[in-house]
Amino acid sequence: MELYSQILLIFPVLLVLITLAAYGSYAERRVAAAFQQRVGPNRVGPFGLLQPLADVLKLMIKEDVTPANADKLLHFLSPIISVATAMIMFGVIPLAKFGDSFLVISDVNIGILYLLGVTSVSVYGITLAGWASNGKYSLLGGLRASAQMISYELPLGLAVVSVIILTNARMPMGSDFLSVTSIVEAQRGAWNLFINPLGFIIFYICVLAESARTPFDLVEAEQELVGGFHTEYSSLKFGMFMVVEFLHLVIPPAIITTVFLGGYLGPFEGALGVAQWGNTAQILWGLGWFLTKTFTIAFTFMWIRWTLPRFKYNQLMDLGWKRLLPLALINLVVVAIGAAIYVFQTAG
Amino acid sequence: MEAATTIQTVLFWTFSVLGLAGAVGLLFNRNAVYAALSLVLNFFSIAGLYLSLGAEFLAAVQILVYAGAIMVLFLFVIMLLNMQEEKGVFTFDIRRGAAFILGFAFVAEMMVVLKGFWNHEAGGEFTYGKVEPIGRALLTDYLFPFEMISIVLIAALIGAILVARRHTHQEG
Amino acid sequence: MVSYLPIFVLIALAIGLGFLLANLSRFLGPFRPSAKKGLIYESGMDPVGSAHDRFSVKFYLVAMLFILFDIEVVFMYPWAVNYKELILETNSLFPLYEMLTFIGILFVGYIYVFKKGGLKWV
Repeated sequence: MELYSQILLIFPVLLVLITLAAYGSYAERRVAAAFQQRVGPNRVGPFGLLQPLADVLKLMIKEDVTPANADKLLHFLSPIISVATAMIMFGVIPLAKFGDSFLVISDVNIGILYLLGVTSVSVYGITLAGWASNGKYSLLGGLRASAQMISYELPLGLAVVSVIILTNARMPMGSDFLSVTSIVEAQRGAWNLFINPLGFIIFYICVLAESARTPFDLVEAEQELVGGFHTEYSSLKFGMFMVVEFLHLVIPPAIITTVFLGGYLGPFEGALGVAQWGNTAQILWGLGWFLTKTFTIAFTFMWIRWTLPRFKYNQLMDLGWKRLLPLALINLVVVAIGAAIYVFQTAG
Repeated sequence: MEAATTIQTVLFWTFSVLGLAGAVGLLFNRNAVYAALSLVLNFFSIAGLYLSLGAEFLAAVQILVYAGAIMVLFLFVIMLLNMQEEKGVFTFDIRRGAAFILGFAFVAEMMVVLKGFWNHEAGGEFTYGKVEPIGRALLTDYLFPFEMISIVLIAALIGAILVARRHTHQEG
Repeated sequence: MVSYLPIFVLIALAIGLGFLLANLSRFLGPFRPSAKKGLIYESGMDPVGSAHDRFSVKFYLVAMLFILFDIEVVFMYPWAVNYKELILETNSLFPLYEMLTFIGILFVGYIYVFKKGGLKWV
């Protein structure tokens, strides 16, 4: 894609992201209601579809209370860091392929490292939020949340390395193996989910933990530390943390789709001759598959949330360090051996 | 190296100024958390400099490890220890004077050493910081240092455990 | 500098959006600070003690261990992108063995940390 159209793509993507985040909250409440055999929001507007709008308006006109001893600058900055890091992840995710180019904001040659880097930086939002409020609950909540986030970044990185090996084995030499488009393109013919199922499970669990969704949501559970690191936030700053929470219903599933479910690839692409279709048709095809898979994964996120009980903090950390980390290492070794066999078979 | 383009010069100056601002912030901030965050700004600026030179893997690692892991550790420690703001008057005694003189001598020395590089432009494309060459070098020419790294990391692991255990025993 | 400009634009926009949102409530909502409102929430009671009593050293240890294993993972990326090429060039499994050694040594370290209770979170 040319530069100016890449930049232009940013605007609709951001708009759609915000809308999806807002309606993600609606979807979550409806799905939760269905699981719990009740109805969910259906009063505001037809079928309750205006509920997110009402929520946002309410949050906007409430007073913005900052605790007296709070660090004003950090209190102000941390929701911005959280929101910004969540949003910019979409910059490297390819939505479709048309002709020889991809519908992506920027196909950075180290795309997957970009995603991991942004994830690492997002920890700051939570850590600083907990610190800035200058309260015991907030600080403890913030530290525990941060410890949780960084603990699950390790198996996440290892699962990603296993995917990179697969990408490296399947893509022609000279490609950028770390770019997200390569990772998707390498899945032509077989998704990584089927070749590397253990990696998928590890990746899925880690992404779930990074999003602080149940069963990993101890750090902001209402019954535990009140609001955890966002106890002392009100009005739109609180709203921003909520926005981030619902962005976590959109972007992590998109990442899972891209890395393990083949992104915009649909079945029978070779047989249907998709590569010969017109550009618009290709875009619709790719985008359609991408959104379908993303929403399916998002639904599984919600399904898990309203089914499983919450982990205790020590269970959570044990899972990350004592089980997922060695498991991810073993998975990596197995994938590496498999890839070596594959390379010898296809080369010699 | 080819001549630098305007964009590269602009990027160089932007990131350099930001980096210096971060470093100055680190030195002069009385609030420990602000100082740490200034250092993070510095790291991001250096990553930007790496990017503008085409060393994208280095930039990514800078952010992943330095800004994303090491500074998180720093912040944890600062928050756990609740470091108070430094209150102190800037006195000027014999030690400060000696420090200033030595500092200036050091800067002068550096300028002499770097004299040859003074006239270079903001830089062209390197092939150093990209993933494939680094990997290739690590696995072929520099295999032994590569494996030694794991030994160094083990040493750090043992050290961390020892420090933490001593602390836990002190707490009772 | 292939195509980083859109990313920078995206980052700038996202931060700008964040600024806008954070400031919006200041303009749209009332602003009546009072002493009671400024207090920290502590389940309905008045806050007791400073916010910064000493916390466990486990947080330091987790962060430290994270750094070390993160560095390990960072070294795997250059290896993974050269995997196929090196296998075909050397026509052997040498790249695999190199990384197995690296991981193996660190796994020994991991076991050490495990056994010494460094990962205990109760």
